[in-house]
Amino acid sequence: MEKLIIAGRAFDSRLLVGTGKFASPKVMARALSASGCEIVTVALRRVDIDNPTDDTLREIDRDRFLLLPNTSGARSAEEAVRLSRLARAATGINWVKLEVTPDPYYLLPCPIETLKAAEVLVKEGFVVLPYINADPILAKRLQDVGTATVMPLGSPIGSNQGLKTRAALEIIVEQSNVPVVVDAGLGLPSHAAEAMEIGADAVLVNTAIAAASDPVEMALAFKLAVEAGRRAYEAGPRDPLRKAEASSPLTGFLRDE
Amino acid sequence: MKPQSVNSKLIESIGSVLEALQLDRDRGLWEQRLRQVNSQDVETAMASRPGTYSLTKLLALVSPAAESYLEQMATLSQRLTMQRFGRTIRLYAPVYLSSHCVNRCRYCGFNRDNRFARVRLTVDQAASEAGILASEGFRDILLVSSEDRAFITVAYLAELATRLKGKFSFISVEIYQMLAREYEQLFDAGIDGVTLYQETYDRDAYARYHLGGPKADYEMRLRGPDDMALAGMREIGLGALLGLADWRVETLALAEHASYLMRRYWQSHVSFSFPRMRPACGVPSDEFPHLLTDKNLVQMMLALRLCFADAGLVLSTREPAELRDHLMGLGVTRLSAGSRTSPGGYTDPQANTGQFEVNDHRSPAEVTAVIKTQGFDPVWKDWDDALWARNTD
Repeated sequence: MEKLIIAGRAFDSRLLVGTGKFASPKVMARALSASGCEIVTVALRRVDIDNPTDDTLREIDRDRFLLLPNTSGARSAEEAVRLSRLARAATGINWVKLEVTPDPYYLLPCPIETLKAAEVLVKEGFVVLPYINADPILAKRLQDVGTATVMPLGSPIGSNQGLKTRAALEIIVEQSNVPVVVDAGLGLPSHAAEAMEIGADAVLVNTAIAAASDPVEMALAFKLAVEAGRRAYEAGPRDPLRKAEASSPLTGFLRDE
Repeated sequence: MKPQSVNSKLIESIGSVLEALQLDRDRGLWEQRLRQVNSQDVETAMASRPGTYSLTKLLALVSPAAESYLEQMATLSQRLTMQRFGRTIRLYAPVYLSSHCVNRCRYCGFNRDNRFARVRLTVDQAASEAGILASEGFRDILLVSSEDRAFITVAYLAELATRLKGKFSFISVEIYQMLAREYEQLFDAGIDGVTLYQETYDRDAYARYHLGGPKADYEMRLRGPDDMALAGMREIGLGALLGLADWRVETLALAEHASYLMRRYWQSHVSFSFPRMRPACGVPSDEFPHLLTDKNLVQMMLALRLCFADAGLVLSTREPAELRDHLMGLGVTRLSAGSRTSPGGYTDPQANTGQFEVNDHRSPAEVTAVIKTQGFDPVWKDWDDALWARNTD
């Protein structure tokens, strides 16, 4: 498998994992380990980012995982920027998963505030991974301001519905110059495999692992599915709809004259 | 960023919604509809998209007919809550600031007419009460006060909030109703949530139980949550004091209120509390003909969860330990623990003139141990100071 490159850094795993909703930090740690992931996102609202003994943070081995703080809970660009700056000041980590979700129910990302925040953060030297709706134009605009990835959702976060935005995701994958990480709504390993098969560079999973009866086993299942999907993509799958070939040539009657 | 109330002219006030539906008085029609719900209606309601609201759906779920479906409702509610909130229970604790009150609410221990030694905490005293909670691990604090405007002023609350900011990541209040501009001042001081119960949505019952004081104005009370949302509050806590009127109809009115707020002020998060009438100092128990059984309470919680996937469901220490333990994971998302309901109660555990009687006397450590045993992660912190970005740029 090709390596995943984000902001010049190479990763073997194409699965990113979130740390919310687990029954305990210990279970989370075992699931992270089973997932084979190398990037772990953590909500700044949930942890004391400057406290190494924080229950969640102390279970995340920083030699093994890249800690990716996220701005979950921010309703505006101003709040997201502020949170990012404080996190960087406290930890030295300059990567941030940008989430601006003014709607507290479906937690859908605000395109306007996300773009504003991304612009400020990129200028300040952050490596910005923005969570967005599956909007190809927004993805381009973010790429233009210099984000390291785009992270479009497959369906509303935590909904386990899979790739409801597939048509738009395909356009984003086709057009993007930065890695595309499908970020939300993946409820089953098959959804993750599907995202990888259509050419997403990586996926991020949280609820489907954390809320499973056996989160560790589910983490492993996602690991395998992401690998399978990526290998399939690299193997060059035939598109059953658009690349169909008749078994007998349709133009065999034509003769060279 | 303050939330906008877009197209506010297109949506009526909650008062007119309740009036049009006849949920605010003469509720005989609803009692009749509730009796007419049959098992097929309940099954249809349970088969609808989980976590979405319609009045017809909720009517079926709170009906007497749905009582035979509690197990199925519990299964759906558990699954939905797990999906949306994960294996977590958020913890908070209240600090009572004052028991001086100008209102005459017949159900409340702090009723102006009751004679007992009333207490007011200075900001220093309140901060030291909060300090005890912080040392127990709490990061989410609820400041509670009776209607004592003379002492618990906006300036008092703002000063206290400023003092608490380093220790607590989420500060909310459950106090007398304020004006929108006062809520705005609280928000600017770092207070992110307000809980204000309508107590009852039935106008006649409201008049019967609220004999005097500013709170006796039903209409004014009903407008409170609008004012909080307009002030930018992130968390709006709603509730009916269970026992004042038929709980099934109250649940319908409560849900209409929530739905109205969610559509109109889409950036504020609504949560429901379930304060159930319990004996308190000076409250005669025979005055309340609508008391809920445990089964009623559970049905109400499950019905609301199946209609509002992402609403916070809050359960205080009014409820006994055993019931609270069973309800974890069935839909409840926030629990208080180790609560003292009298001002100064943490510093002086002998203080016993609480607003209501606590029924779960376990310490925070004991409650968190049970939460863990049941396979949940006790969440102390689910907010951050840095999100407190008020008018700074």
